Amino acid sequence: MAEASIPVGSTTAGSIAVAAESTVATRMSAPPSFDVADFPVPHGREEEWRFTPLERLRGLHDGTAIAVRDGVRVEVEAPEGVTVETVGAGDARLGKAGTPVDRVAAQAYSAVEKASVITVPKETVLTEPIRISVQGTGETAYGHQVIELGAFAEAVVVIDHTGTGVLAANVDYLIGDGAKLTVVSIQDWDEKAVHVGQHNALVGRDASFKSVIVTFGGDLVRLHPRVTYAATGGEAQLFGLYFTDRAQHHEHRLLVDHNKPHNTSNVAYKGALQGEAAHAVWIGDVLIRAAAEGTDTYELNRNLVLTDGARVDSVPNLEIETGEIAGAGHASATGRFDDEQLFYLMARGIPAAEARRLVVRGFFAELVQQIGVPDVQERLIDKIEAELEASL
Amino acid sequence: MATLEIRDLHVSVEADNATKEILKGVDLTVKQGETHAIMGPNGSGKSTLAYSLAGHPKYTITSGTVTLDGEDVLEMSVDERARAGVFLAMQYPVEVPGVSVSNFLRTSATAIRGEAPKLRTWVKEVKESMERLNMDPSFAERNVNEGFSGGEKKRHEILQLELLKPKIAILDETDSGLDVDALRIVSEGVNRVRESGDTGTLLITHYTRILRYIKPDHVHVFAGGRIAESGGPELADKLEAEGYEAYTKGGTAQ
Repeated sequence: MAEASIPVGSTTAGSIAVAAESTVATRMSAPPSFDVADFPVPHGREEEWRFTPLERLRGLHDGTAIAVRDGVRVEVEAPEGVTVETVGAGDARLGKAGTPVDRVAAQAYSAVEKASVITVPKETVLTEPIRISVQGTGETAYGHQVIELGAFAEAVVVIDHTGTGVLAANVDYLIGDGAKLTVVSIQDWDEKAVHVGQHNALVGRDASFKSVIVTFGGDLVRLHPRVTYAATGGEAQLFGLYFTDRAQHHEHRLLVDHNKPHNTSNVAYKGALQGEAAHAVWIGDVLIRAAAEGTDTYELNRNLVLTDGARVDSVPNLEIETGEIAGAGHASATGRFDDEQLFYLMARGIPAAEARRLVVRGFFAELVQQIGVPDVQERLIDKIEAELEASL
Repeated sequence: MATLEIRDLHVSVEADNATKEILKGVDLTVKQGETHAIMGPNGSGKSTLAYSLAGHPKYTITSGTVTLDGEDVLEMSVDERARAGVFLAMQYPVEVPGVSVSNFLRTSATAIRGEAPKLRTWVKEVKESMERLNMDPSFAERNVNEGFSGGEKKRHEILQLELLKPKIAILDETDSGLDVDALRIVSEGVNRVRESGDTGTLLITHYTRILRYIKPDHVHVFAGGRIAESGGPELADKLEAEGYEAYTKGGTAQ
C-alpha cells in the first residue's frame, strides 16, 4: 500500500514544535477547570472542537442534555481484595488524576451525583481482571469512575460499554509507585449511542500504565485519554483500535504530558474505515516540558481506508521544550486498500471477501496481541470479522 | 492435456477519457508442457496481454475468446481464473502491508488446492522451495512484497509459481531488473516447474538474455498489439542480432 496515498478529504498533518510557550495548552479555548461555567459553549470552530459534529452531541456541550437517574447501568465484577465504593461528588479522589479540559468533561464532572471508586490495595496482584460493564438504557447520563492502585499493586481492568444512550464520563486512573495497570475500554455501543469521555492517568514512580481503547460502535464517540507523571521511571503505553463504519464519528484525542524527567511513553492507534461519511479523527499531542529530561516517547497512527467516502483526520503533534531527551518521534499514515492489492491477492486464487479479511486482520494483528486479555482479544477478532461481513 | 486458447483477442483501456485499443487480434495456443516466449518492444502490448488473461479490471475485452480446456476464461472472476489454473507472475508485484508471506502463501494454496495443505508437509514444502530460490527463512515472516528488493519480489513470485503449480504460467518480464545471479536462480525455479511437464509457460520478455536459461519451444514477436511473427528458438537469435526495428517500422508499435 502506498502510504502516501491519502484519500480525498483527509488531512495528515504533523508538526514538531520547539516552543517557549506550549501550543498544546494555548490551542485549547479555555484552561482546564472543574467548573462547567469556565468553558464557553463551543460553536465548532475551536481547535478542540473543529472536527466534531456538535449537532450530534445531543446537547452534552451546551447544557441541554439532562441526565436521568440510572441512565446507564454500571456493574462491577471484582476479584477478592478489591474495594468497590459508591461515593458522592465531593470525594477527594475524584479529579485527582486530572482536570476536565473541555466543556463536556467539565459538564460531566459538575453533573455527577455519585461516582464509583475501585481500589486495589498496595502489593495486591490480581490474577483475574476487574470487569466493569457500562450499559446504556437509551437515556442521558453523566458518570465518573476512579480506579486506584496502591504501590506495587497489579491489575487488569476491562470496561465494556454496550447498549445505547448519551453518556459523558470522566475516568481517573491513580497508579501508585511501582504499580502496573492495564485498562481495556471497549466502546461496543449500539449504532445511535453518543459517548464523550476524558480518561486521566497519573502514573506513579516506576509505575506502568497500559491503556487499550477499542472503539467500534456508536453514532459518535469522542475520547480523550491523557497521561501525566507523578515522578520518574514511569511508563505509559497507549494503544487504540477503531473500526469506523458508514456515518460513524470516532474521535480519539490523546495527550501525554511529560512533566517529569525520565519517563517513557508509546502511543499506537490503528483504525479501519469503511462506508460513506465514516469519519475518524486522531489527535496525538505529546508535550515534553523543560523539566522532562531523559524522556523517551513515540507515537504512531495508522489508518486503513477500505472504501470510498470515508474520511480520516490524523494530527500528531510533538512539542519539545528540552533537548536533553532519550528519544522522541511520531508517525502518521493513511493508506487505502486499493484495487491493485485486491487484484494481486485474487490473482492467487483468494476470493475478494477473504482478501479483504486477510488485509484487515493483518493490519490489526500486532495491536490485538498487545491486549493480553484472551477473551477480549477473541471478541475483538470476531467483531472485526462481523464488521467486514456487514460490508460485503 | 490443458490448453489455453486465445482467439482474435481485442483489448482496450480507458485513458484520458478516451478508449484506446491495445490488443488488436491476438491468436495463440499454449499447451501444458510447452514454453512460448513472447518478445517485443516496449509498448507493444505484451503486458496488456498478461494482465488481460489474469482479469485485471483496468482492461476491457472488446472481442475475441480465451478458453482453458474449453472453459470460457473471460467469464471468470480474477480468483476463479487463478483457481482454474492460470498464474500471472507480475512485473511489479504489489505490496500488501500487514499480511505475512507465510499467511499469504498458505491462504493462496488453500484456495487453489481447494483444501488447506497439511501443516507439516506444507512447512517443509515452503522451506525447501525457499531454499532452492536462495530465500532466507526470515522472508516468511515479512509482509508481502513490503520493502522487498526487485530481485526479492521476483523470487517471491517464482516461489508462488512453484507452490501453486498452475496449468498455465504467464511470466510478465520476470527477468527485468535482475542481475545475472538472480536471473539464474529465478530461471532455475521456472525450469523446475517446466520439467514437471504439467505447466504451459508464456514467457513475456523484452530481452533475449533470459532465453539462455529458459529454452522456449516457440518464439513470437509481439508488435502493434498482435503477434507479428512466430517461429522456433532461432527467431530469438535473429532478434538478438537485429533488434525489433523490422517490426516497429511503419508505426505498427505504440
